[in-house]
Amino acid sequence: MNNLDMSVNIAGISLKNPIVTASGTFGNGWEISRYYDLSELGAVTSKAITLSPKQGNPPPRIAETDSGVLNSVGLQNSGIEFFLKYDLPNLRRYDTKVIANISGNTIEENCEIAKRLGGEVDFIELNISCPNVKQGGVAFGTDPRIVYDITGRVREHCSVPLIVKLSPNVTDIVEIAVAAQKGGANALSLINTLLGMKIDVNTRKPILANNTGGLSGPAVKPVAVRMVWQVAKNVDLPIIGMGGIMSGEDAAEFILAGASAVAVGTANLVTPTAALDIKKQFVQYLVKNKIKNVKDIIGAVIAN
Amino acid sequence: MEKTHSCTIVKKTMLCPDTYDFVVNFPQEPKPGQFVHISCGEGVMLRRPMSVCDYFDNNLRFSFAVRGKGTKLLAQHSVGDKLDILGPLGTNFGVDKKGDGVSLVIGGGIGIFPLFYTAKFLGEKTEAILGFRTKDLVIMEDDFNAVCSKTHIVTDDGSYNCAGLVTDIFKERLQKGDITSVYTCGPRGMMKAVAEIAAENDIFCEVSLEERMGCGIGSCAVCVCKIKGKYLKVCQNGPIFNAREVDFDE
Repeated sequence: MNNLDMSVNIAGISLKNPIVTASGTFGNGWEISRYYDLSELGAVTSKAITLSPKQGNPPPRIAETDSGVLNSVGLQNSGIEFFLKYDLPNLRRYDTKVIANISGNTIEENCEIAKRLGGEVDFIELNISCPNVKQGGVAFGTDPRIVYDITGRVREHCSVPLIVKLSPNVTDIVEIAVAAQKGGANALSLINTLLGMKIDVNTRKPILANNTGGLSGPAVKPVAVRMVWQVAKNVDLPIIGMGGIMSGEDAAEFILAGASAVAVGTANLVTPTAALDIKKQFVQYLVKNKIKNVKDIIGAVIAN
Repeated sequence: MEKTHSCTIVKKTMLCPDTYDFVVNFPQEPKPGQFVHISCGEGVMLRRPMSVCDYFDNNLRFSFAVRGKGTKLLAQHSVGDKLDILGPLGTNFGVDKKGDGVSLVIGGGIGIFPLFYTAKFLGEKTEAILGFRTKDLVIMEDDFNAVCSKTHIVTDDGSYNCAGLVTDIFKERLQKGDITSVYTCGPRGMMKAVAEIAAENDIFCEVSLEERMGCGIGSCAVCVCKIKGKYLKVCQNGPIFNAREVDFDE
């Protein structure tokens, strides 16, 4: 284990290991840091940041489905000012990279948030894939022309590498990924949640107050792995893969498909130590398979 | 560092049809009104939040009604089985704010569970007002009798004691003028009515709220309720809130 090289590179920045948290499942680290040292992780991703504080959607905001979870939080957060003043200094106490997930209502708002973040974070992750808000979110992420435009314009205001987080709610994920690359993205995150719905058949009412929500968890994992694989083959950008990673072997699957790092999301809702547990299991996988350098298995799937 | 606990079930009883009472080994003493977040077993991902019903000799008691897939799976566990439990979590009832007079715990149906543990902290001048739909669902009467100076029980249909609502007894009980605090948990409509009466009479009142929950520790922000016009997290900012601050109609 001593000669195990867990480090990976995302857009010129080295992560000490490929395990990252997914936005919105980790708060801004305050709570989960009471369960383990965040310095164990390669990077942490903030909850989506908007320009002004945002209330989010009415409850219920969550429903469990077979092997999955539907949520419609609607980007509730305290805004960029609060993030810079309180959340970020706290995250900076840990030896881990910080990815700021941003989700403005408009392109201009995203540019403004990116500008205010400046070089204070290690990466900016542009969320153009949230299915639970009326403005911004997935509305930006399903049309390649808009993806190209927003990526280019936000990129101009970023002092750090820009990761674009893609929505799976599209016919051709490669087309969207290519548009983000042409727009100047330095890395890609995929996938965000799949738009879904659950109905209580006795009351005939949807469980979520917002009617629909984003599906995550093991149920979406095969879709996510497929999309990572397709994008990795066609786009020359590092990928942070995510979607239902619950174990070290799940993490390995994404990396073999072509991801340079992986984000743990829904699993954080199940157990606070999930990302740390998955990291330990991933190390076991590497040892068992005599892999000394994680980088050796990025995209190493032996496809037919 | 905090961690999840692997807890052995030491006792399992059925309180009434589809309502179970579990006692498990648990190393951390909870405060009254706090909850634990329990993994129901293989096939159900999210934990289910359960109010602490009692704590004694390193044993934690929680009770629940079978309502869906999670609680159904949880109910299938037997004495000797292990449960993965996170907690104790959330805020506690302000038992130190009870005042010099009589404290009331007012509960409806399965909302009565956290009130039992709370009543133990409130002391001998506590009275319980408990409401149930019908006789078959009346539970824990002896438990409350043992820790409260008086336990009033009403049923919606009058099949046990008098027919009526907990608020009828609450209003009647207010006549003596000796009530200084109220702690309540139950259906939202009931808690709203109790909160209104308490406010009209200028009595300190706290409620225990419930909402569909995710992580249980404040990371995912799904279990919100409106408090003074803002969405706060039931798991972290609650489950206990000052009744006057809750926007019950939101």
